[in-house]
Amino acid sequence: MTSTIEPEVGKARLRKEDARLITGRTRWTDNITLPGMLHMAVLRSPSAHARITSIDAEEAKRASGVVAVITGADIADEQGSLPCAWPITPDMKSPGAPSIAVDHVAFAGEAIAVVVARSAAEAHDALELIDVDLKDLPVVLDMDEAIKEGTDLAHPDLGTNTSATWVFDSGEAGSGGDVEQAISEAEVVVRRRFRQQRLIPGFMEPRSVVVDPTGEQFTMWSSTQVPHILRLMLAMTLAVPEHKVRVIAPDVGGGFGGKLQVTPEEVFTFLAARKLGKPVKWTESRSESLLSAHHGRDQIQRLTVAARRDGTVTGLKVDLLADMGAYLRLVSPGVPVLGAFMFNAIYKIPAYRFSCTNVFTNKTPTDAYRGAGRPEATFAIERMMDELAVELDMDPLEIREKNWIKHEEFPYTTVSTLTYDSGNYEAATEKAKALFDYDGLRREQAERRERGDKVQLGIGISTFTEMCGLAPSRVLGSLAYGAGGWEHASIRMLPTGKVEVVSGATPHGQGHETAWSQIVADQLGVGFDDVEVLHGDTQSSPKGMDTYGSRSLVVGGIAVVKAAEKVVAKARTIAAHMMECSPDDLEFAGGKFTVRGTDKSTAIQDIALAVFAAHDLPDGVEPSLDSQASYDPENFSFPHGTHLCAMEVDTETGSVSVRKYVCVDDVGTVVNPNIVEGQIHGGLAQGIAQALYEEAVHDESGTLTTGTFADYLIPSAADLPSFETDRTETPSTTNPLGVKGVGEAGTIASTPAVVNAVLDAVRQYGVTDIEMPCTPMRVWQAIQTGASKAGGIGAESGGGLGSIDVNSSDIAGGAQ
Amino acid sequence: MRITVTVDGTSYTDDVEPRTLLVHYLRERLGKVGTVVGCDTSNCGACTVHLDGQSVKSCSVLAVQADGAEVGTIEGLARDGQLHPIQQAFHDNHALQCGFCTPGMIMQSLDLLAENPDPDEKAVREGIEGNLCRCTGYQNIVRAVQDAAHHMRPGAGPEAERVSGTDTAGAPRTADIAGGGE
Repeated sequence: MTSTIEPEVGKARLRKEDARLITGRTRWTDNITLPGMLHMAVLRSPSAHARITSIDAEEAKRASGVVAVITGADIADEQGSLPCAWPITPDMKSPGAPSIAVDHVAFAGEAIAVVVARSAAEAHDALELIDVDLKDLPVVLDMDEAIKEGTDLAHPDLGTNTSATWVFDSGEAGSGGDVEQAISEAEVVVRRRFRQQRLIPGFMEPRSVVVDPTGEQFTMWSSTQVPHILRLMLAMTLAVPEHKVRVIAPDVGGGFGGKLQVTPEEVFTFLAARKLGKPVKWTESRSESLLSAHHGRDQIQRLTVAARRDGTVTGLKVDLLADMGAYLRLVSPGVPVLGAFMFNAIYKIPAYRFSCTNVFTNKTPTDAYRGAGRPEATFAIERMMDELAVELDMDPLEIREKNWIKHEEFPYTTVSTLTYDSGNYEAATEKAKALFDYDGLRREQAERRERGDKVQLGIGISTFTEMCGLAPSRVLGSLAYGAGGWEHASIRMLPTGKVEVVSGATPHGQGHETAWSQIVADQLGVGFDDVEVLHGDTQSSPKGMDTYGSRSLVVGGIAVVKAAEKVVAKARTIAAHMMECSPDDLEFAGGKFTVRGTDKSTAIQDIALAVFAAHDLPDGVEPSLDSQASYDPENFSFPHGTHLCAMEVDTETGSVSVRKYVCVDDVGTVVNPNIVEGQIHGGLAQGIAQALYEEAVHDESGTLTTGTFADYLIPSAADLPSFETDRTETPSTTNPLGVKGVGEAGTIASTPAVVNAVLDAVRQYGVTDIEMPCTPMRVWQAIQTGASKAGGIGAESGGGLGSIDVNSSDIAGGAQ
Repeated sequence: MRITVTVDGTSYTDDVEPRTLLVHYLRERLGKVGTVVGCDTSNCGACTVHLDGQSVKSCSVLAVQADGAEVGTIEGLARDGQLHPIQQAFHDNHALQCGFCTPGMIMQSLDLLAENPDPDEKAVREGIEGNLCRCTGYQNIVRAVQDAAHHMRPGAGPEAERVSGTDTAGAPRTADIAGGGE
């Protein structure tokens, strides 16, 4: 008999998922081989904007092992247009987006033709035999230029580079005052322009798709975050009946938003397999991934803060340009709009206006990347709070505290109309300050400044919150998103008392199997090891909205709770029948129904067996102890925290290094501290990488010059510090577990903490901004000249230096 | 070209194209799909295996270069159902999330521990610098490698890994070490 007394939720359980992953017993999509399977390779445009004048594939078709060459013209009638599920305005402009270009290409990397062959090597060899004539067109690369009158157009047919403009105004919404009035009446006005550089999600597992057309259903394996959305979108895009498509996301090696997509490759692999009647596999190379998988961020942000001399913020105005790249992908237009609700952050801002213009350029399309809209907002407001503190000569923590929502003011409805259910910014900040030794480091900073140390110390702060757990369906509806935000779960009690949990949320590294097992173990009183979590296959897990936006636990996890509650309710009726008492007389704890006031009890496992036998069930009770639940959250979840970063800046070389990084995050109730800590660590690494290392760079012709991991600088272990992480726990009041999302928090919070710290070290030299990534060359140049902008030295791929440890040349040599 | 390679204790003789990379030979010919490909410029290290006991990025080695050699992959580390202490340490320290970098990270960590049986944090970070992870921020990987070091004394290395041939001294030693990993 297995039962748990000590609650599973909160335990630092080691992960169930690990056993396969640490032994190489994995099922990545690229591992799949099927009888007769063919391999596909993709010819991609070297030009960022061109008309396709001719394609000659005759020689390629005659090459050894080549079964077919398919061009966009060959499938023009059946490929449809890649879906965009988020038309943010009714008049949003969106160019047709074929999976394989038909008559023109709009970014370098767009597919022009595919070769299907016996082996991957033969398919790749044949690519070189395809003769393509392209007539180059003017390229649009710069957003400020793109919105001017009479400029070149990324899509001449559209007549404009502007896709849509989305506005929120608190005066008009009635949630606050008029921001222009606040600015005109302000004692202090601070205006800044920030740049969110273009990033690449950089999941470690390259994308891969296998389509098997030989069964009654088409089966697609894909390295995707969203098998359920993918199935629906394939059906809607290709007019193939939904019930004839099965999608499987087997082991998926990271996503970070980068696999929240319906990709051209998924569509044309499907079409190739259908055409040829044979299984077809496509697996990308890393260069192909960096070039053609969607990118993230890429905004120009103009902010105006109005305040009183005492530091009280009276208004905030935000104007964004957001680069969509060449096409609108699945949720591209909505990503910057998610930020609209977060610029006001943890602060009580009486007047607010947000305006975002989405712009087309001839670059790789952008879409979700870890945080999606919220890191951009958090960066800008946290940078602005520092700028305001400098303007008023106040301590940056003091100015934040003056404006933030006090813990006794929750629930609090913000100027952007969200209601924050709970939070305690004071507690998190106090804890972080103590761990960080804030006062001690400030003293050291002053002392180093005093003696003109060549290595200066800077302290950066980020007191963040974010909205996650996407999302209440009615809110998504009001934002014109194409679907709801519910999640599904079902539970099957097997005759032996073991449990199968079917999760609609599909993991790609998070640890759902472990966390869901902990939740179910508590809810049903069964053993952690007696729970099996099934997911990622539309056949076994038919309903779901998948994994993104830190939604799995706060939406999917709650669906699991709701399904478990239904199992217990059903079991209660049967237990009462078995023990000949009223259901109301039963208490359920530790997996047992006990007749109140007696020692008479029945275990849920015994009930499961009795239900299976079905010999003696109460009238009208079905012989099953299964249940399902679809849960639609009533609100977002609002994790928050205080991140403090101390940076050392070598003023002679521009080299920066993290001296100390402390974060205290409040993600509500914690189901598994290991998993939470891991999510924070990984999030911090990505946020710090934006601040210091990563940038997708295009040259003047629109060619991506950071198309390998030698140029796009994902940080290595030697580039990152150890983090000091801690927590406060203010439970969410809008779900029964009290949990909040954690997947994106670290990324959202850390970028401004790092940049604020770099600037804090070098403001004394007249530096007011350094655009990200703060590479040694940029920092050095800023110190020498006061120049802040990207461009000039340090703008080339790899930031000019890369992740070489300048202090240790022998290590650099050993980096291979 | 005809090559004979011993992989995880099993000998294979095959005809391969001269251009075939070791990693493609392992994955496509031998079905050793535990070893993965993460990039095409030898930056990420996901494909790291051992060649005669030393770590190599198997995307940077031709299959023909492995002729006559012993190759060790992630799939050959556990013995008799017992995890290798480095595998156990990755599990115990939550040193993986999506797990795609894990095979390479583990094989590289073993190589590091062969050279330095008791590395400090800096030595671990520098020793795994050629292996990229996008999920963990590396902190728990560093912890895991140091934890494994404590359970693996007197260390790793070619001797400890040898499984083929008449010299089986390494195998029981490894098993003993694995037992000590609990």
